Amino acid sequence: MKPFYGTQLPNPLMLGTAQYPSPAILEQAFRDSGAGVATVSLRRESGAGQTFWQMIRDLDVLVLPNTAGCHTVKEAVTTAHMAREVFDTKWIKLELIGHTDSLQPDVFQLVEAARILTEDGFQVFPYTTDDLIAGERLLSAGCEVLMPWGAPIGSGRGLNNEYALRAMRAEFPDVPLVIDAGIGLPSHAARAMELGYDAVLLNTAVARAGDPAAMARAIMLAIEAGQLAHQADPIEARDMAEPSTPVIGKAFLS
Amino acid sequence: MKIVLNGKPREVRAENLSDLLMEVGFSGRVATAVNEDFIPSSLRVSHKLADGDRIEVVAPMQGG
Repeated sequence: MKPFYGTQLPNPLMLGTAQYPSPAILEQAFRDSGAGVATVSLRRESGAGQTFWQMIRDLDVLVLPNTAGCHTVKEAVTTAHMAREVFDTKWIKLELIGHTDSLQPDVFQLVEAARILTEDGFQVFPYTTDDLIAGERLLSAGCEVLMPWGAPIGSGRGLNNEYALRAMRAEFPDVPLVIDAGIGLPSHAARAMELGYDAVLLNTAVARAGDPAAMARAIMLAIEAGQLAHQADPIEARDMAEPSTPVIGKAFLS
Repeated sequence: MKIVLNGKPREVRAENLSDLLMEVGFSGRVATAVNEDFIPSSLRVSHKLADGDRIEVVAPMQGG
């Protein structure tokens, strides 16, 4: 696996911590899947935050705070600074939402915020679209990781535009690429890995499943299968049949 | 003085940000912003509050 800002991840699964039926089930999902990175957030202090933080620390995973819900550069930059202090990490999953219904990233503001945060010493994981030029601009702004969406957050639609994601992989062969958002099933995660993506980040597909811990484990198995398949150099699809059993030497019986 | 703490108006005695956190009972891991600007924990004691300040205090929370 490619290192993420110099850090080797234990495996390619980054798992969200929101929307689980209970803290115990969240914990079980992490333990059963072995996910090595947990995404977290910041909200107004209400008393519950300290217990949550202790539980995440006990999981002994890498922590990736987000700027979820931010709509302006200023808001995202301030949130990132607060997250760096609270979680004691330079990593930030930079989310700058541009559209209310699709939660599509505003790539123009994203590039600007990424530049500011990189100059401030952050290691930015930008949640972006599958647009190649946006990807290039983010790399020029100092990002060393790109996280294109598979589909809108929480939609579970999988990889909406496989053509674009394939092009992105080909365009940035040396950049760690993460499919962030839209994964609904293990097969979607496997597909992302088959395309050569380096990691998958998801939350809803696991947290909202009937049995989140089992789904987390299923996703991890799919990721491993997809990763292994990619390394094994799969065949190209073709339109016509090609006999797999040798034709030469067949007995003449008609 | 009157401030707005996490969106709610409130009357407080504290004169700096550090004392405010003590007064309202916010301990543990929190981060602070005053009037939309981040104030690092190292500057909380020296950060004097003014009437009408909008103060945000955030803590770790679940996220995707």
